[in-house]
Amino acid sequence: MLATIPVLLIVAVLVFLLLRLTPGDPAAIMAGDAATAEQIERIRAGLGLDRPIVVQFGIWLAKVLSGDLGESFYYRIKVTTLIGQRLEPTFALASLTILIAVVVSIPLGVLAAWRFGGWLDRALMGFSVMGFSVPVFVLAYLLIWLVSLKLGWLPVQGYVRISGGFFLFLKHLILPAITLSVIYIALIARVTRASVLEALGEDYIRTARAKGLPEVRVLVRHALANAAVPIATVIGIGIAILIGGVVVTESVYAIPGLGRLTVDAVLARDFPTIQGVILFFSFVYVAVNMLIDLSYVFLDPRIRY
Amino acid sequence: MRKLLAVVAFAVAFGANGQEKVLRVVPHSNLNILDPIWTTQYMARNHGYMVYDTLFGTDEKSRVQPQMVDKWTVSQDQKQWSFTLRSGLAFHDGKPVTGEDVIASLSRWGKRDAMGQKLMTFVEKMDSPDAKTFRIFLREPCGFVLEALGKPSSNVPFIMPKRVADTPADKQIEEAVGSGPYIFRKEEFKPGDKAVYVRNPKYVPRKDPPSGTAGGKHVYVDRVEWNLALRDAQSQVNALAKGEVDVLERPAFESYEQLKQIADVRLVTKDPLGFQYMGRFNHLHPPFNNPKVRQAAIAAMAQEPFLRAQVGIKEFYRGCASMFTCGTPYGSAKGSEIQSKSNMKKAQELLKASGYDGTPVVILKPTDLAAIQKLPDVAAQLLRQAGFKVDLQAMDWNTVVSRRAKKDPPAQGGWNIFLTAWVAPDIWNPLTNAAIGGAGEKSWFGWPSDAQLEKLRDEFARATDDAGKKALAERIQARAFEIGTHAPLGEYVNPLAVRKNVTGWVIGPGDHYWNVKKN
Repeated sequence: MLATIPVLLIVAVLVFLLLRLTPGDPAAIMAGDAATAEQIERIRAGLGLDRPIVVQFGIWLAKVLSGDLGESFYYRIKVTTLIGQRLEPTFALASLTILIAVVVSIPLGVLAAWRFGGWLDRALMGFSVMGFSVPVFVLAYLLIWLVSLKLGWLPVQGYVRISGGFFLFLKHLILPAITLSVIYIALIARVTRASVLEALGEDYIRTARAKGLPEVRVLVRHALANAAVPIATVIGIGIAILIGGVVVTESVYAIPGLGRLTVDAVLARDFPTIQGVILFFSFVYVAVNMLIDLSYVFLDPRIRY
Repeated sequence: MRKLLAVVAFAVAFGANGQEKVLRVVPHSNLNILDPIWTTQYMARNHGYMVYDTLFGTDEKSRVQPQMVDKWTVSQDQKQWSFTLRSGLAFHDGKPVTGEDVIASLSRWGKRDAMGQKLMTFVEKMDSPDAKTFRIFLREPCGFVLEALGKPSSNVPFIMPKRVADTPADKQIEEAVGSGPYIFRKEEFKPGDKAVYVRNPKYVPRKDPPSGTAGGKHVYVDRVEWNLALRDAQSQVNALAKGEVDVLERPAFESYEQLKQIADVRLVTKDPLGFQYMGRFNHLHPPFNNPKVRQAAIAAMAQEPFLRAQVGIKEFYRGCASMFTCGTPYGSAKGSEIQSKSNMKKAQELLKASGYDGTPVVILKPTDLAAIQKLPDVAAQLLRQAGFKVDLQAMDWNTVVSRRAKKDPPAQGGWNIFLTAWVAPDIWNPLTNAAIGGAGEKSWFGWPSDAQLEKLRDEFARATDDAGKKALAERIQARAFEIGTHAPLGEYVNPLAVRKNVTGWVIGPGDHYWNVKKN
């Protein structure tokens, strides 16, 4: 847990410096198209951007250490509040995506390993290649065209908070989650297949079969259980990537999540928001990694820390 | 059974009538600043028109008309202006609009807006002898008092409560309380997601028919929701086709073909004056510190290629030889021959005669702003054909915005040309048109320096008769072409795409949602 602190500190310094070194002046952007140089200068001073970088960093770090990620240049509300507003859509989308991906991919991967070289295995491999190759936005437009516009089953865009009704919430989220899950289904299924395939070649599988155990039990209790560590690793990484990497899906489906917030903040050079969001992402990455590490103990009793 | 049917029929009828009418709009950009005086961003201006009212408006024929003002008088020496407010004007917090509110609002606006600053150089004092009256005392007559007060685009002199308008001009206001036709629901505002406005039940519209920002602002929907999350062009079209949104403010030009095929959707050219494209030169650094080189570039930059590449739909664009919007009082072709009657051969000759030494021209190309992103490529090609050496640098629009403010030489992070678009009211007169200025480093980005141009603009500000103003505007434009302040690159419209059940669009510049009906 303590190792988290230096990681976050390094991220904080790097993000802060990178933002100051990249071109783009938030004051000029905020002032609008017809603003004069004088107006821009006044805004810059008002934001504190005319101070030396070291001073700016010191002020920001002192605030962060006291739990304050600062205030958005534009919205003039706390970055923590902004993150709070955007967390639910992103978390909901990531969770449903991973749920769909796990429910579909693990059985597929196990079946493919079980029928190694057969049609199911080949079909799964073909699907994997397609899943990796088709860009998310292409898949999104195709699904919208078919499911929303032609069949009229689901909305084209938008997000309804869970407080607005679970059915509506799910109705708006299901299509983006399916879109996003395809690549994770491909990834997890491949890893599951490879891991289970390796396990199926082990002596204890032969022993289990020799004992006359049903094949399902052999596959699930023996092969899959022993293949769980790499699968858990890839699922964990998937969750971490999803939290910060859903921007394309969020854009196409107009979901006001963290990905969209990050892109907007980067384009607008909203430094406090970018810094806050990236720190938050770093924290999520570290936390998820820690949880994955902890899960190994349960998945494989031989592992000790 | 009959009783049951009657109850059901009543319930259905009541349900239908009791249903809120919600107009769902996809605005042209994100709303991130709520102070329309502090910034010139168009989204803040549009937010302003929902929440606030104005003293005067500008109708679809570009004429200034009273809005909050009931009547006004001007003294014989044209130095004292006295205005009476309409009865029944009240802010959303219930307090009446008074002359004190107006004076505080104008004072703050006069510190931020370029035209407002100019007006304030004439103003000796303002006062409010009673709650419904305010007066403006001028040091000397000035010819644009009403144009300034009825200015339809950024920064619009919106009227705010005194306690809000007393906020220092370099600080953003904390409240969005106005006296306009809609009330902003701050508690429902989710940055980057949704902005909500509800009908102001106490708003008293004028009796005149609506036109531009003038006339009666009648509200026929209960609620307007701006969808700030829906920014993908194809998703916008899909959402409109499915009826999930009612209005697209600025569809991508590439989307119009598809929009025309959708049965329940129609296109509305709400703003026939539209926009003007502009290529701006940096006058501080070579090669465009040489007026002859600027003239060669203007000669090379014929409008048609820009319009064809960027807009592409013939019915949506038009050539316009004027630096002021064509079809408005000051639109004229005076002095434009250098561009309008030129060709590439002439541009090449001019460049050769200018002594151009091959200094590369740095053109800033925004890659993320669909409305203008093709212009720099066209400019680069035309300038290359004329004999310029061109360095086209790609970046996002906000980097362009930041970079164009830099006065450094192009090789050290500066620039030579950037291209942009203006809405008609921003450029339709010599005082609002930021590109026509010659005040050197105090001018708009590009910083042209020309005493004669400034003198003419000053004379324009003082002129009080229409014929004299028109003649001066022509001389200003001729001088601007002569020194090559910038290259006008043609005009275009960007029609709204709306569901067919949404009607009542008021013709005129800007994006306004009064008078709109949803059936």
